[in-house]
Order: sequence, then structure tokens, then C-alpha cells
Amino acid sequence: MSAIDRPAPIARREAAAPRPNWQVMLVRPESMTFLLLILGIVVGSQLSQYFLDINYILKSFTLSAEFAIAALVLTMVIISGEIDLSAASNMALSACLFAYAQKAGTPLPVAVAIGLGAGLFMGAINAFMIVGLQLPSIIVTIGTLTLYRGLAQVIAGDKSIRVPEEFIGIDNILIYGVPLPVILFTALSIILGVTLGGTIFGRQIYLVGTNEVAARHAGVRSKRIKTLLFLAMGLTGAIAGLMTASRLGSVRYDLGLGGELQMVLMAMLGGCYIFGGRGTILGTFLAAWLLVIVTTGMIVADWLPAYQLCVLGVLLIVSIIATNLIYSRAER
Amino acid sequence: MLKRHLLKPLLGLTAALALATGALAADPLKIVYIGKNTGNPYFDSITGGFEDACKKLGCDFKFVAPATAEATSQIPFIEAQIQRGVNVIGIAPNSPDAIVKVLDSARAKGILVLTVNGDITGNESHRDATILPTNFDKVGGDQVEMVGSLIGYEGEIAILSATTEAPDQNKWIVGMKDTLAKDPKYSKMKLVATVYGDDQPEKSTTEMEALLSNYPNLKGVIAPTTVGIAAAAQVVQQRKLADKVHVTGLGLPSEMRPFIKDGTVKAFQLWSPYNEGWLSVYFAKGVLDKSVKNEVGASFDVPNLGKTTINAGNSINTQASLTTFDAKNIDDYHF
Repeated sequence: MSAIDRPAPIARREAAAPRPNWQVMLVRPESMTFLLLILGIVVGSQLSQYFLDINYILKSFTLSAEFAIAALVLTMVIISGEIDLSAASNMALSACLFAYAQKAGTPLPVAVAIGLGAGLFMGAINAFMIVGLQLPSIIVTIGTLTLYRGLAQVIAGDKSIRVPEEFIGIDNILIYGVPLPVILFTALSIILGVTLGGTIFGRQIYLVGTNEVAARHAGVRSKRIKTLLFLAMGLTGAIAGLMTASRLGSVRYDLGLGGELQMVLMAMLGGCYIFGGRGTILGTFLAAWLLVIVTTGMIVADWLPAYQLCVLGVLLIVSIIATNLIYSRAER
Repeated sequence: MLKRHLLKPLLGLTAALALATGALAADPLKIVYIGKNTGNPYFDSITGGFEDACKKLGCDFKFVAPATAEATSQIPFIEAQIQRGVNVIGIAPNSPDAIVKVLDSARAKGILVLTVNGDITGNESHRDATILPTNFDKVGGDQVEMVGSLIGYEGEIAILSATTEAPDQNKWIVGMKDTLAKDPKYSKMKLVATVYGDDQPEKSTTEMEALLSNYPNLKGVIAPTTVGIAAAAQVVQQRKLADKVHVTGLGLPSEMRPFIKDGTVKAFQLWSPYNEGWLSVYFAKGVLDKSVKNEVGASFDVPNLGKTTINAGNSINTQASLTTFDAKNIDDYHF
């Protein structure tokens, strides 16, 4: 009753002064990732004289470029309010299928198509259970994480399968001195960054992740968006798997083992919000570099793995606390 | 804008550092050993050999290892050592093939690549040489001599092995049977049974107890597996049969120490991981200063180990026969 009588004071009390533009621009999770990245470079160069060599850093990035590429698409999946933990197992299974097919005499392009098709199919299975059957994605993809890895072992056994010579060495292809995997990662970052931030489709992904019911009432076809994202995730997993096969020169069922955690780590470090609706491709892009810089810096300084794990753990916790603080500030 | 400002001086610094690294080339030999994973006492012993030899010869030594022993976990470590500009990489490979490409790039940079305590079987052309503990052809004979010396070369003996399919085990068992059949020295020894404990403590214990009840006159047991020998010793210790039944085989000094101390086991054998490190350094130093030719058939002298020959496939064994551990020397070994 009284609200109708005195609307003005309430309105004044609820609407705080708008945040200044510089704050909106700079107080974001990605800024923190960027600062940590700079800090990592400075600390790394202090730890070892061998660290600050652009060729070495680029070469080191190729070692986790496959995970980084998958992490970009995973970022979009997480923003839509879902998660896919099966991507690293998908990498192994599609790579094993590819290697198995070409070993059995299938021409190389067909074998590649089989690998990519398998990845797409694995994405479709995830999509069917999560979007079609409305099962929680974390449970479904923990299941497929185990299943895909198991199938990879059924196909490849405990032995490794050699990859044909002409397929080996994606990381040795340099374009203006930059390894091809790094170029692919950067290109995909730009494409996905523009898609997510600048298209209606991208904005719809955020909306679905923020409030799916509201999104559907607003006419957003959330099921179709999520299905597309899981298919994209599956295909990207297969591409990442084939890239790993090309880099290592051989395929085993344990290819990319544990990679799902690295991918999630990259998304989280980049300020992606685990419950959906927030995050950017730029953040994941920076976080992938941050992770490489930090681990490479410690390895080249001959740090013990125990300390390396501690540093990574602290980094993740700091970034999650900061992300939460920044988002809660933005909400005020 | 911020990014560009910060990156520019960094790039300049990179160029300066690249020059600095080039100027450091005349430093002492830099040797690194990459283990399978951290926290493995077996590698402490290999590392000890590397360290002592490096101290003697004035080389720089570092041990690094990933947290887990997955196939690809060593790759960033190899890359980092290439970047550090080491002269020698010794590695206990976690995979026979996933690391092959990065080993190639190390060798392309002029780094001597040695596999130590394990080889990249099937991809031997991607390393310069391999250093392995002993010639596995001779293990069987050595073990028969060991048990023979304990029982006075007379009486019934049995073998407690790991699994029926283990290739090393089967090779050694064949060697034992051959030695027993052909060498007249052992003609009064009779092999009555070969049993398999599957390298599980419980099953090994059960099999050992069955041996004791089935063969009351049993005088000796060879367990050429660290799990088997520990289980067999445990059974003999509990039943207080140490005077009647002699247990020997291949065991870890750290696990067997209590049984040696209380007299349950008189002696057992294994190779010395320490010597693998020790030999690797002398070999690497020799190859790099051109005093040793890395060719099959060539030989070189290693202090404490004597004349060492490079065998087929550029494979080098640290010892001709196994090391015997007993009450006198058990405290010198910590792996």
C-alpha cells in the first residue's frame, strides 16, 4: 500500500549510482587473469634465465593447445548452464578410432572423417541424454567420460597404434614462426569470441545459462542451442584428439588422460562462472596462456611437481574467490 | 594498450637472454635424469649414482620427474631440459613411443639421449644408448648358485614365481632349469615344484605355505620377485623354519632388511640401481669428450665397475652378474 503512496523514495534507495565506465570496463574477471598472466611472466623470468624465449613458450603452448581448443567450446557449454567432462575421453576414443581405421587400410582422409564423425556422434549421445532425456549433464558426462575411455581401451588395447608419417607433426608446422596449433587456437578464439559476444546466438547462450525458463518464455530455443553446443563440443574433442595424435605420432587409449580437469581449470581461471550465464572466450584464451606460462615457468626452473601442484591449486582458488567477488560487486 | 606497453620490453629481454644462453656454452657438462615419477625410492638410488659420479667428474646434475607416470607426463620436462641447454638427458621412459618425437628434437639439438633402467623398446633408434642393470640371460644361473651355496648344493628346492605369463620370470626360470640340468655342480639338487604367487602378497603366502606342507624335505626356495621373496620370508619367519628352509631370490634391500637382521634370510640378490647412474655419467662424459666410441663392441673403463662393453643395440649393462645382499652389506643400500 505504502509503496504506491510513496514510490519515489524507494526507487531512489534501490537504484545506486551507476558504476563509472572505467570500472565496468576494467573490474572484470578477465582483467585479473590478465594481471596474473603478466605476473606469471615476470616471476617466470626471475625463476629461470631460460624461460623468456618466445619460441620456447610457443612450443610449450603446443603441448596443451589441444586442451585449450576444447576449453574454448567448453566455456560456451558452461555459460549455457551445462558441463561436459567427457571431452578428453572423446579425444582418446576418436583418435583411437582414427588410428585403428588407418591401420586397417582405410585411406587417410576417410580415417580422419571416421575420427571426426565419431566425435560428433559422441557429442550427439551426450546431447540426447542431457537435452532429450533432461538428465543432469555432470552425471551424464562423468558416465560418458568413463565409457568413451573404456571403449578406447577396447579398441586399442594396451598397445599404442602408430600414426602414418604424413600425418605426424602438426606442431612442427610453423607459420611466421608460430606453430600451427597456436594459430588454430587463436583463430578459434576470435571466431568463438565474436560469436559469443557479438551475435544474437551468443547472447541467447548467456540467457539460457542465466535463466533457462525465462529464456524459453522469451522465445529462445534453448534445447536447440544446447544440442548444438554439445555437438560442437564433440566435434572439437575429435579435432583435439587428432591434433594430439599428430603431435605424439602414436595413439594410446590413455591419450589426454585427465584433460577434462585442465579444460575446466582453464575456463574457471578465465572467470567463467560454473553455474552458467557468465564468462568470456577472452577469459579462457588468457587463462590457457596463464596456465602454460605458470607450469612452464616452474618446470624450466626445475621445481618439484609437489610445489607445482600447490601453486596451481592456490591459483585456482584465488581466481575463483576473485571471480565471485567481482561478480557480486557487479550485481550490487 | 596496457598489453602492448608491457610486451615490448619483454620481447627485448627475450632477445638479450637468447644471446646470454649462447655465451654460456663453455660451462661444465650439464646432465639431467628424468625419472618415471617423483617419490619412488628406487630412483633415489639411481640418482645417488648420478650425483656421486657427477661430483667426481665435475658435471652439473639435476633430477626431475613428473608427478605421475603417465605416457605423456615426461614431455614438458624433456622440452624444458632442451630449453635449459643440457648436454645429456638420461630418462626412465614412461612410454616406448609417446616421447619419441621430443627425444628426436633433443638429439637434433646435439643432446646425448640415454634411456636408463628401461628402454623404448621398438623405437631404439630414437636414443643414443640404453643403460640397463644386468644381462637378464644370466639371472637364472646366478640364482641357482645362490640357493646352492645356502643349502650346501644338496636337497630339494622350489621356485615361487610371479605370474605364469611374466616374460622376465619365465626367462629366468628356464635359465634355472637349464643350469640345474647341465651343470654337474648342482646334480644333487632337485627342483620339486614351480608355483605362482601372482605378485600378490596373500596368494604368494598361500603358495609358500602349500609348498612347506607338500614337500616336508624342502631345503631351499627361490623367489625371483620382490613380492614373492618377502611373502616367503614372512611365512618362514612365522613358522620359525629359518634353519630348515632357506629362502632367497630377488628382493629389495629396504623390504628385506628385517628378515636379514633376524636371520630368516641369509642372502638374496638384485642389481644395483646406484651403478646405473654411476655408469651413465662416465659413459656420457666419455662419449662427449670423444674418449668413448658409442659403437657396438666398443668398451670403456668405469671406476669400481671395470671394463664395460657396449652390447648389441647400443645396450650397456652395469653389472655382469647380480649383487648379493647379506647381513654384511644390507645397511649400505637404501632402495
